Amino acid sequence: MIQNIPLSYFLVISTSMFFIGIYGFLTRRNLITMLMSVELILNSVNINFVVFNKYLFPQHLQGHFFMLIVIAVAASEAAVAIAIIINIYRNFKSIDVENVDEMKF
Amino acid sequence: MDYTYTLFIPLVPLFVFLILGLLGHKMPPIVAGLIGTLGLGLSAVLSYFTAMNYFWTSHVPETAYTSIKGFEVEWLHLTEKLTIHLGVLIDPISVMMLVVITTVSLMVHIYSIGYMKGDPGFYRFFSFLSLFSFSMLGLVLATNIFQMYIFWELVGVSSFLLIGFYYEKPSAVAASKKAFIVTRFADLGFLIGILMLSFNTGTFDFQTLTDPHGPAIAQAGGVAFMGMSVLTWSLIFIFVGGAGKSAMFPFHIWLPDAMEGPTPVSALIHAATMVVAGVYLVARLFPVFALGAPDALHVVAWIGGFSSIFAAVIACTQTDIKRVLAFSTMSQIGYMMLALGVSGYGGEEGLGFMASNFHLFTHAMFKALLFLGAGAVIHAVHSNEIGDMGNLRKYLPITHITFLIACLTIAGIPPFSGFFSKDEILAAAFRDNKLLFAIEYIVAGLTAFYMFRLYYGIFWGKKTHYHHTPHEAPKVMTIPLLILAFGSVFAGFLPFHNLVTSDGKSFESHIDWMIAIPSVLIGVLGIAIATVMYKSETAIPDKMAQSFKHLYKWASRKFYMDEVYLFVTRKIIFRYISMPIAWFDRHIVDGTMNGIAGITQYAAYSIKGLQSGKLQQYAFVFVSGTVILVLIFVYLV
Repeated sequence: MIQNIPLSYFLVISTSMFFIGIYGFLTRRNLITMLMSVELILNSVNINFVVFNKYLFPQHLQGHFFMLIVIAVAASEAAVAIAIIINIYRNFKSIDVENVDEMKF
Repeated sequence: MDYTYTLFIPLVPLFVFLILGLLGHKMPPIVAGLIGTLGLGLSAVLSYFTAMNYFWTSHVPETAYTSIKGFEVEWLHLTEKLTIHLGVLIDPISVMMLVVITTVSLMVHIYSIGYMKGDPGFYRFFSFLSLFSFSMLGLVLATNIFQMYIFWELVGVSSFLLIGFYYEKPSAVAASKKAFIVTRFADLGFLIGILMLSFNTGTFDFQTLTDPHGPAIAQAGGVAFMGMSVLTWSLIFIFVGGAGKSAMFPFHIWLPDAMEGPTPVSALIHAATMVVAGVYLVARLFPVFALGAPDALHVVAWIGGFSSIFAAVIACTQTDIKRVLAFSTMSQIGYMMLALGVSGYGGEEGLGFMASNFHLFTHAMFKALLFLGAGAVIHAVHSNEIGDMGNLRKYLPITHITFLIACLTIAGIPPFSGFFSKDEILAAAFRDNKLLFAIEYIVAGLTAFYMFRLYYGIFWGKKTHYHHTPHEAPKVMTIPLLILAFGSVFAGFLPFHNLVTSDGKSFESHIDWMIAIPSVLIGVLGIAIATVMYKSETAIPDKMAQSFKHLYKWASRKFYMDEVYLFVTRKIIFRYISMPIAWFDRHIVDGTMNGIAGITQYAAYSIKGLQSGKLQQYAFVFVSGTVILVLIFVYLV
């Protein structure tokens, strides 16, 4: 069933997700939206892991495991990031990334 | 006889210096004073014991005195050939100097307990005195010229510290700097001389250097520069160092200003001990001077002779009693230098050498006495000016008597000690050079004149009204005066021609009445003139000053030597040497460094905008960098 779908379809999906994430990260001013963009990037990588594992080395499971690790890391990363965002909100009364530019020369 | 114990003569004052310097502020002042005095007393006892031993107890009669190394260690081993030793050298002149230094220093310590009473720097004063005593004893005991140089600088430092003892007074600070810089400048000559001498002879050691058959004297021949040999030049340079320390013309300018220090310091350092270090240096190297470089010895003689008359003329016009004594010191040291300069080596020929050391010995006694007496006077009237004094003999009987004894001694009146030593010097000068003899003969008269001018000005003369009645100094101050007066009276009877001679052998010496009688007469004449002019207030001094207006003005301004120095340093050295060097330093050396720093700073400022703090800008740069790298690797590599 899944074998009927060519590999390239998956890669097109993941690449689109990756660049949509990059685009969102660079253009959005809202920190929460930027965090969501990062999640998109991570998940596009996850798709690649799973698909390459399935198509190239069906008898192995490393790709799947690595995907699980990425999900776990992404979850903790989201927790930390949201904590930071809350603190930024408390200090700046805003979560606009344009305002958070105190850390310079 | 084992002389290792002599090591403790300088070391005891060193320990006292450390104890007083580190812990003195916790002690009651009297304890600090007593520790200093007792330490020096111990050194004095050891010195007397050494002198007894060396000159009499362990000396075989009818033999020459030899020089003995009591102790020596290798201090620096630089190369196989170049090593520097530290040690203790025992020979007639060093033993004599030990006695002089410890005696005068002990008297000054005792006196200072009274003189410095109540001074907030009491313990500091005694620790500096101990440092000075240590340095001076180390200097005279040096076994080699390098050790001597080390202690030479140490006495310079302690002199600097003691002249500037009242460091709140700007004049004292200026005087201490002047003394240090002038002597330091002369010490440059000393160092050059040491390097030249030791480079040629391959040794620092005094015993090797002064050996009449040693390498220094054997290699004396040969003309190197301006008609004189390397040895002569090196000895002249060494003498420059000695002239600086001994305040010989033209390096004398620091000595009058050094009188800013406390009076006991003037007595110890600037009259009796440190300023004769130059004489001691020439005496120490005397065989090299006499046998290897007679030309250098002539320089010594003429500088000494000129300094003595130069200072004597100035002394006649000064009104600050300590400055009169300072110029008198310079004049008497000129005598000693001259005596060394006219002396030959060995036996009767070495009369001048003996006379110089004899005069050094007696001068230390009577000049320390004069200064301590002046200190007692200053203590009583709180002024240095002759004009503020007068008629003090009723108030200060002991000071009066001892001061009179010292004045008679320095004037060369028999049977006081100054008569004997001055007579030997005049006899030696007469034998060698009639012109120098004539100069010294005039100086003898001038000396008597200015000393009695001082004496009458302080103790006789006009009736002065004092704010409060002057009082005699306490016993702790008058007892040293009495002891030194005793020394001044009787030191002349020491048989110096048997003890301290140029080659160690004793020779027959008797008073030459052909010279002694005229020299006493001119001394009496000087006293008589001073009596007429100054015993009671008369108009004669003013008339004299009027009729010799120009000479008087020149002499009272010290022949404008200070102004000449200021002109040479400010207008010539500062302007044409120091200022270009300073410009080079500020603009070229500093400029290079500042330029490097400036470029770095400019670069940093111009690129600091990259760190903007804007997160998305960083991310954009990062992503575009990655994209560019990917493109490069995919399409170009």
